[in-house]
Amino acid sequence: MSDEFLAGWGRTSSSKARLVHPSSEDDLETIFRTERSVIARGLGRSYGDAAQLAGGVVLDNRGFNQVGAISDEGLVRLGSGVSFDDLLAVALPLGWFVPVTPGTRQVTMGGAIGADVHGKNHHLDGSFAAHVRSLRLVAPTGTFDLAPDTEPELFWASFGAMGLTGFVSELTLQLLRVDTDQVLVDTDRYDNLHAVMSAMVDGDARYHYSVAWVDCMNAGKHLGRAILTRGEHATRDEVDNATLRAPTSARLRVPLAPPSGLLNRLSVRAFNELWFRSAPRHEVREAQSIQSFFHPLDGVADWNLLYGKRGFVQYQFVVPDESASTIETVIERLASARVASFLAVLKRFGPANPAPLSFPQPGWTLALDLPVGPRSLAGLLDDLDDLVVAAGGRVYFAKDARLKGEHVAQMYPRLAEFQALKARLDPRGQLTSDLARRLDLVGK
Amino acid sequence: MENAFGQPQNVVVLGGSSDIARAVVKKLCAARTHSVVLAGRNQELLDAAATEARDYGAAKTDTVLFDAVDPSNAARVVAECFEKMGDQVDLVIVAVGLLGDQQAMQDSAEASATMMTVNVTWPVAALAEVRRLLVAQGRGRILVMSSVASIRVRSVAYLYSGAKAGLDRLCLGMADSLDGTGVTLQLLRPGVVRTKMTTGLPEIPFTTGPNEVAEYVLRGLASGQRVIWSPPILRYVFAILRHLPAPLFRKIADR
Repeated sequence: MSDEFLAGWGRTSSSKARLVHPSSEDDLETIFRTERSVIARGLGRSYGDAAQLAGGVVLDNRGFNQVGAISDEGLVRLGSGVSFDDLLAVALPLGWFVPVTPGTRQVTMGGAIGADVHGKNHHLDGSFAAHVRSLRLVAPTGTFDLAPDTEPELFWASFGAMGLTGFVSELTLQLLRVDTDQVLVDTDRYDNLHAVMSAMVDGDARYHYSVAWVDCMNAGKHLGRAILTRGEHATRDEVDNATLRAPTSARLRVPLAPPSGLLNRLSVRAFNELWFRSAPRHEVREAQSIQSFFHPLDGVADWNLLYGKRGFVQYQFVVPDESASTIETVIERLASARVASFLAVLKRFGPANPAPLSFPQPGWTLALDLPVGPRSLAGLLDDLDDLVVAAGGRVYFAKDARLKGEHVAQMYPRLAEFQALKARLDPRGQLTSDLARRLDLVGK
Repeated sequence: MENAFGQPQNVVVLGGSSDIARAVVKKLCAARTHSVVLAGRNQELLDAAATEARDYGAAKTDTVLFDAVDPSNAARVVAECFEKMGDQVDLVIVAVGLLGDQQAMQDSAEASATMMTVNVTWPVAALAEVRRLLVAQGRGRILVMSSVASIRVRSVAYLYSGAKAGLDRLCLGMADSLDGTGVTLQLLRPGVVRTKMTTGLPEIPFTTGPNEVAEYVLRGLASGQRVIWSPPILRYVFAILRHLPAPLFRKIADR
């Protein structure tokens, strides 16, 4: 137990809390009996202030690290502190992959539930929740074994709830059978947003995985030029050297944080240009490793330090299909504003799940990284929030560090329903976080 | 809770009817500030400032009445402000101050002492309690209103400027002492500002309005710089002025 400054991956607004390392449910029960305000934390990959709690107690979930045996059907019992990296190290050599993976393997199972993470296959397979068969939730009012068919309301309450329902100690996850550790990838380059969006509408259903990288710094006729990559797991006879090796960890590190401002309009623009030009115009069935296809950012550890001392914010929102034009409006606004934005990620979402605070809803999602610094940025993002609300969309809590509280109920219309469920699990409101306080998610 | 851009939600202002504080609060409310507790010595002015804060977007305001001539009330006043907030405080603005008429005060022991009490002693006493409460929160910001006059004390306002000099240097040390606590202290050093405090005084170069000062304050809160100069060029002007020989300085400053 020690006092620690904790921040999100964006490294903005840190706060000091007591960090404790529980390793059993008894530890958790004691903590809920004695502490006034608590939140769980995994590997700190939420971009904003979801896993920090000024003046309170932050529970490191890494002590819950057991990985059970994988059944013939691909079911595995996991501790909530197990990361995707830990799990794949065991599962991939046995021919099992995770059914949904975020863009980094450095996320714990607890974090994956808290954010209800999604991957490049959301349009077909839904978010993480769809593959969790059961979970064990330690809350102030007791410990609950929850499954979608036993107590559906309480089961779904935790997905997307950023840890505000309790501490997940264990879960059972359904894994996905794979033949090799490679993915066959089709890559296409599009000169503008319309072209890439219609290609995604027409073709995504044919691919298990699909995502586009969009350049948000180019206006005019190249507005929203993009690289679309879509893929399938390769079977043994589709590749020359069929292997099943665990992903390797990052070889590069960022030695020290450069001054804020290194990533500015010029350097980001140059990077985007290079990235765009280096992609093939059209390439079919190129074999890529699972790690380079799913987790490109894991190649460099601590890449968030590149944004310097002031850090960065990530802005991710989703809008329904009928408001697809909002994507274009947002990119226009970004291209004309004096802010640097790295290649944004554009993807289609399939149906939502029953979780009241889960982020994905059918439509389009766009995620951008923006260095903190330009004075116009705060106001620009507030304007984008208004566009997103008007379009019937929402912003992702796992990425957020600056949303206005009054927008939350508009973006998440089932907030009151969630709060009622939370009150059953945590009547005294012990589970809170800097994010929850900032957005007034659970009352003061 | 403050957001990624240094925009606070819950703000306490000691000296809440000061024109500069009011201009800052207006801009904060237009951004993210939701709850404001204003403390000062004139209920009418505090109420006007509270109405203004609500007009600019605050959902909740409250006021606390006190007089800075009595430092023994400082801890209680601060505690009351935090209680009325009823939530974590993101930012405490210390804008208590009295300019006074130097000519009328300089031969009076009592008036000279009052100038020290209001401009240094009360704020320092209050800061002790603010520091304690914010450190316990695990996070928070303090903004203390100093003045460029504290950098080189002028003969025509040595009581005010000298008191501000004391407060300014003390706060720099306090800012250092807060390293590692999650709490930060920033100093505001404005030049001459057109306010009710300076009405009737001749306007000197680099004089600004309160709204300009507020704009620099918001930028300073976003960047986290320890000393916020308003306008920023005064940092360089005073780098020179502070080293001028006394006769030359008097010639320039005593007008």
